[in-house]
Amino acid sequence: MTDVQTRELPAGRTTGRNVGRPIDRVDGTAKTTGAARYAAEYPYPGLTHAALVHATISRGRITSVDTAEAAAVPGVLAVITHLNAPAMKPPPPVSPLNLSTLVSGTTVNYLNTDEVHWDGQPVGVVVAETREAALRAAALVRVGYRELPATVDFAAGQGDARPEKSSPIQPGAVAKGDAAAAIAAAAVSVDVRYTTPPHHHNAIEPHATTAVWDGDRLTVHEGSQSIAWMRSHLALRFGVPAAGVRVISPYVGGAFGGKGMVWAGTVLTVLAARVTGRPVRLALTREGVYRTVGGRTPSAQRVALGASADGALTGLIHTSVTRTGRVGGMPEQVTSASRHLYDVPNITLQQATVPLDLLSNTAMRAPGESIGTFALEAAIDELACELDMDPILLRMRNEPARDPVDGKRFAHRMLREAYALGAERFGWPERTPRPGSMRDGKWLVGMGVATAYHPSWQFSANVTVRLAADGTVVVRCGFHEMGMGGATAQAQIAADALGVPFEAVRVEYGDSDLPTGPAAGGSAQTASVAAGLLAACEKLKRSVLALARRSGDSPLRGRRPHDLQARDGGLWAGASGPGETYAAILGRAGRASVEARVGSDTRAGEILGQAKFIAKFLRDRRRWVKAACGAQFCEVRVDSDTGEVRVSRWVGSFDVGTVINAKTTAGQLRGGIVMGIGMALSEETLLDPRTGRIMNPNLAEYHVPVHADIPPIDVHYLNEPDPTMPLGLIGVGEVSITGVAAAISNAVYHATGKRVRDLPITLDKLL
Amino acid sequence: MRPFTYLRAPDVATAVRAISAEPGAKFIGGGTNLVDLLREDIEQPGTVIDITGLPLTGVEELPDGGIRIGALVRNSHLAAHRLVTTRYPMLSQAILSGASPQLRNMATTGGNLLQRTRCLYFYDGAAACNKREPGSGCDAIGGFNRQHGVLGVSDDCLATHPSDMCVALAALDATVETRSEHGVRRIPLVDLHRLPGTTPHRETVLAADELITAIELPPPPSGAVSRYRKVRDRASYAFALVSVAAVLKVRDGSVSTVRLALGGVAPKPWRAYAAERALLAAPATEESFTRAAEAELTAATARPGNAFKIELARRTIVATLRDLLAEGSAA
Amino acid sequence: MVEIHLRVNGVTRSLDLEPWVSLLDALRERLDLTGTKKGCDQGACGACTVLADGERINSCLALAVQYAGREITTIEGVAHPLQAAFVRHDGLQCGYCTSGQICSALAMLAEHRAGAPSAVTGDPAATGVELSRAEIAERMSGNLCRCGAYNGIVSAIQEVAEMETAR
Repeated sequence: MTDVQTRELPAGRTTGRNVGRPIDRVDGTAKTTGAARYAAEYPYPGLTHAALVHATISRGRITSVDTAEAAAVPGVLAVITHLNAPAMKPPPPVSPLNLSTLVSGTTVNYLNTDEVHWDGQPVGVVVAETREAALRAAALVRVGYRELPATVDFAAGQGDARPEKSSPIQPGAVAKGDAAAAIAAAAVSVDVRYTTPPHHHNAIEPHATTAVWDGDRLTVHEGSQSIAWMRSHLALRFGVPAAGVRVISPYVGGAFGGKGMVWAGTVLTVLAARVTGRPVRLALTREGVYRTVGGRTPSAQRVALGASADGALTGLIHTSVTRTGRVGGMPEQVTSASRHLYDVPNITLQQATVPLDLLSNTAMRAPGESIGTFALEAAIDELACELDMDPILLRMRNEPARDPVDGKRFAHRMLREAYALGAERFGWPERTPRPGSMRDGKWLVGMGVATAYHPSWQFSANVTVRLAADGTVVVRCGFHEMGMGGATAQAQIAADALGVPFEAVRVEYGDSDLPTGPAAGGSAQTASVAAGLLAACEKLKRSVLALARRSGDSPLRGRRPHDLQARDGGLWAGASGPGETYAAILGRAGRASVEARVGSDTRAGEILGQAKFIAKFLRDRRRWVKAACGAQFCEVRVDSDTGEVRVSRWVGSFDVGTVINAKTTAGQLRGGIVMGIGMALSEETLLDPRTGRIMNPNLAEYHVPVHADIPPIDVHYLNEPDPTMPLGLIGVGEVSITGVAAAISNAVYHATGKRVRDLPITLDKLL
Repeated sequence: MRPFTYLRAPDVATAVRAISAEPGAKFIGGGTNLVDLLREDIEQPGTVIDITGLPLTGVEELPDGGIRIGALVRNSHLAAHRLVTTRYPMLSQAILSGASPQLRNMATTGGNLLQRTRCLYFYDGAAACNKREPGSGCDAIGGFNRQHGVLGVSDDCLATHPSDMCVALAALDATVETRSEHGVRRIPLVDLHRLPGTTPHRETVLAADELITAIELPPPPSGAVSRYRKVRDRASYAFALVSVAAVLKVRDGSVSTVRLALGGVAPKPWRAYAAERALLAAPATEESFTRAAEAELTAATARPGNAFKIELARRTIVATLRDLLAEGSAA
Repeated sequence: MVEIHLRVNGVTRSLDLEPWVSLLDALRERLDLTGTKKGCDQGACGACTVLADGERINSCLALAVQYAGREITTIEGVAHPLQAAFVRHDGLQCGYCTSGQICSALAMLAEHRAGAPSAVTGDPAATGVELSRAEIAERMSGNLCRCGAYNGIVSAIQEVAEMETAR
C-alpha cells in the first residue's frame, strides 16, 4: 500500500547533472490535487474511531472512573481505562545498544497505571463507530483523582536545576581558562540574561494513527519521523515480532521534531484495535496534540562576554537552564553554538536541567541551537554596541581558525564568505549604527544581524537500488518525507550517480518494510540516505560491469570500474570512449533487472550497521567539527506609537555545502526563517504555573506566523562542498531557524533602543 | 458535540415561534462561533434553529440617508458593499480586520454581535469561569489575562468582547432591531451588551426568544473622516489587543464632531463618551487627544498581565486621532 | 439522522447524517474526499477551506446540514493553473495545508476580480486595486502554512493573477 510517485519515462531525455537543479518536487501534483493520503485518510472496512480522555490534574492517582454515560452513547464500542485495559509491556529503558529505545515519548505505560504524571495524560480511550460519538463519549467519562503535590512552574523550579553531564553525543560543560576572571578584567563586558518560553511544533496535520491487527501482524499508518523505531517500539510494547509490524508513512503533514517520538496516541490506537478487533483510527484534536505530544522546553540563559577595546573576545560564559518532564524528555544543547562560534581564550559553558511534573519536552527544529543562538547572538550585539563596533566586524574579528574549545579542524567553515555575500545582498553598509536613527514616517526602522549555526550529522541508511532493463531505476529506503523534498533530492542523486534521466528514477520511502532508513532528525536525513544511495549505486555499476564483461562483444570488456563514466543511460569509457547502455547490457545478459543493496535489515546486520555508524561517528568527531552556518540579516519596522513589530526584509546567506535541489533547499531555508520569525515575535505556549495546564492549546491563541507576517525572504547559499560529507552536502532543515530570533531582537534594538531579552518580542514589551 | 435537534426556519415568524417553544434553543447563522462552542461543550442547546434561510440578507438605503443591514448579511458582503465602502469605510475596515476571509464569508452581522469572549479560561472546561459556570470563580484573575479587559470589568470577570465590527458600529450610533413573540424592539448597539458585574454569564439585554433582524445606521456625520485601527499580536488573523474606531471633524482648528469607540479593552464594544466629551470643541491638537484618552482611561483597572493595555489604548487613541486630523486637513 | 443531498464537485451525493456532523467530516469521513484537511477543527488554520457556491469557507465550522443544496467544490474538483504554479514556485512542503491554500486562492482571485477590498487596501471604496504581494498576503492570511512556504504561495498566486489579467 506504499503510496509513492511513479512517472513514465519520457523518450529522448538526456542525462546530465541533476544535482543542484531547481527540480519541482516529485509529489507536488499529488499534494496540489488532494490525492496524497495522510495517516488519518486510509479507509478500511469496519473502520472505527477513537478519542482520548485526558487527565486534568498534574500529579496524583485515579480514585474512580465512571464510564456508564460514555458507554451508553450510541455507536460506542469500548471505553478503555486502566481498570480494563490489557497489559502492555512498559516502555524500554534507553539503551545505547538499541537506538530504538530513544523513541519513547514518555516512560508512562498508558492505561496500565492509576498514576497521573501530567495534566493532559491520557487516562482513557473510547472507540466508536463514528468520530463524533467517540469524542462525545470521551467527554462523558468521569474520572476522580487524589491529587498529589506537583512542581510545574519552570520559573520557580530553576533553583533545583542540576548540571548536565557529558555524553558521547551530547557534550556537556566546557571550562577552558578562567572566563569569569577574564570578563571581570575586560575593558568592555556585558553580562545578560535571556529567557525563552515553551513552544509547540504545530504541524498543520495533527498527529493521527490508523491501526489494523491481523492476528499478530500489525499495520500502522502514521505520520512519523522514525518509522523503523516506531516499528520496534510497538513490537516490544505489544509483544509481537517486529517483522510482523509495518509502519506506513508516505506523507507526513509537517513534523519539525514533533513526530520523532512515539507518543500516547499511537500506542493507544494500537491498543484500542487490539481490544476491539477492529481497525481503529485516532486523529488527535489540536488540543489533544498539545496535551499528549511534547514541545520545546523554555529556557533561562546567561551570557557574559568580555573583550578588549579593539573587540578581541577574552571571555565567554554561556549557561542555561531548561526543563524536562519527570516522565521523559531530553536536555537541550542550548550552549552548543557557543562552543564553536568565537575564538575566545576563556570559555565557560554549562547546561542545567530541572525535571517537572509536565509532559516530556521533545526536539523542535534545532533543539538547543535555536534558543541558544538567540541568547549568544543577542549578547554579541550588545557587546558590539558597548564597543561601538559594527556587529559583523566584531564577529569577523573573532572568527576562529580552529575549534575554540578543543582545537579541532572545521570540516568546512565559510562564515566569512556567508557574511560578505549576505551583507552585500542586504545592503548592510547603508545602515546607520545609532539606535532610532533610521526612521521612516511613523515607523522606526531597524536592521539586525546574527549568526546561524547548526552541527551537521549523518546516520546510517540501508538502501537498495534496482536498475531495470528498460533503463528505469527504483531506489528503496525507509526514510521520511515531511516536506523536505527527500524523494526528489535522492532521485536527483541517483540519476547522476547512474547516468540516467531524473525522470527514470522512482524513489520508494516512508514504509518500514523498505530497507531501514535513518530517523529524520538533526538535519541528517539527506546526507545519510545519500551516503547509502551512492554506495549502492557504485555496487550496482560494478554488478552491471561484471555482467557486461562476461559477454565477449561488450565494448566494456576489460574495463575497470574507475575507468568508466555513468551517463546517457549506460557506462562509457570516459567522455568520448566506447561503452553501452544499461538496456543493452541487461538485454544481452537476459536480465530483467540488476539490484544492489547497502546495509542489512537482519538483527545481526542492524547491530553491525549500528556499530559501524558509531565507529564512524566517533572517528569523525575526533577529527572534525562539522556544521552548517550562515548569516541572518533582517530589517524590522516598529510602530512608534504601538510597538507593533513588522519584519520588512530578510536576507539569509548560508554555508550548507553542496545544494542538491536549488528549489526545495531555498524552501527549507525560508521555512526555518519563518518559524524563527514566529519564535521571535509571537509564539508562546501558555502553561498556567498554578496548575501545569496548557491554556492556549489551539492555533487561534498560539500565534504562528500568517502570510501577512512574512516578507519576501531572500536566501542565498555558497554551494561549496563540505569534503567530509557525501557529495559535500550539509543538512539544511535546522540551520535556518538559528540566529533568527537574535537578528530580530538586534534589529528591534536598532529601531527602538530597547533590548527585549524575553521572547516573544510582543508589543507590550516595547511600550 | 452533544446531540441536538436541528430545525430550519423558513421565515422570521416561524423562527421566533420555534425559539419560544424550545427553552434553551439557539439560533444558528454562519455558525463560526456557535459550532466551535458546541464542539467545546460550552454551548449546550437541545435544539438548534437554522435561520440562514430567512430573508434578512439585504443592505438597503434608508430615507434619512442611513442604511439598514439585514441580520444575515455575511460579514464579507457587508464589508464590500458599495453603500458601506463609500459611506461607512470605517465599518468596512473594522470587518476586514477581523477573523479571516473564510470566516467573514460565513459569519453574519447578527451573529457577530453575539460572539462570545476568547478568554482562555472560558474556553477550558477544566478551569473556573463565572461566565461559563456561574459561581465557579475566575481563573483569569491570577492567571493569563494579557488579552483581558481594563474598562467595565468586574472582580467576577475580566473577559473582553472580541468583535471588531461592533466597535465600528458603536462609534456609528448603530441601532439593533429584534423580533420576538412580543413584537419588534429597537436597542442602541451600545446598550445591547451588559457589563459583567456579578452576572458575567448574562452578556446582552436580549431575551432568550429574541431574534436580531437588522442593524440600522444613521447617516454618517457629514464632512467627517473616520478610521478603524486595530493593534494585535500578528499582522492579520488575530484578535485585537486594542482597537479604536474614530470619527473626527475639525472646524476652524477645533473638534466639531467626534465619535470614539474602543475594542479589546472591555466586556462590550466600548463607546468612549468621556473622551468624546473632553474633545468636543477642544482644539484639535495632540495635547487634546492625549487629555481625551486619559479622561477615558482614568476609570481603567488593570491586572499585571494587561496593564500595558491602558498605555496602549492611550497611544492608539492619540495616534488614530492624529492620523485623522492629518487626513481631514489634507482633504 | 437527517437525509441531505450534498452537491460536491458537480455530483449530488445523498447522505444520512446527524445534524452535528460538520461539512468537513462529511466530506472526509462519509464521502472519502480526503483532499480537504483538518488542521484545527476550530476555524483557526484554513486547511479545511472549500468553496460553497464559489465562496471560500472553513468547512470545519460548517454543519453539513446547513449546506444541503449548495454547490461545494473541494480540491478534488479543482483543475486550475494555480495547482501547477504552486508546484513550480514550491508553494508547499508537507502538503497538508495545500488544498486549503489552493481553494482559498481560487476564491480570493474571484473576490479581487469582483472588487472586494482587504484590510490593507486603505480606502475600501477604491477600485482597480492592484494585487500586490501585500494584498495577496493579507487576503491569504486565513491559511496557515507551518512549513513556511508563504513566499512560494504568494508568487504562485501572483503569477496566475497576472496570467489571468493578461488574458
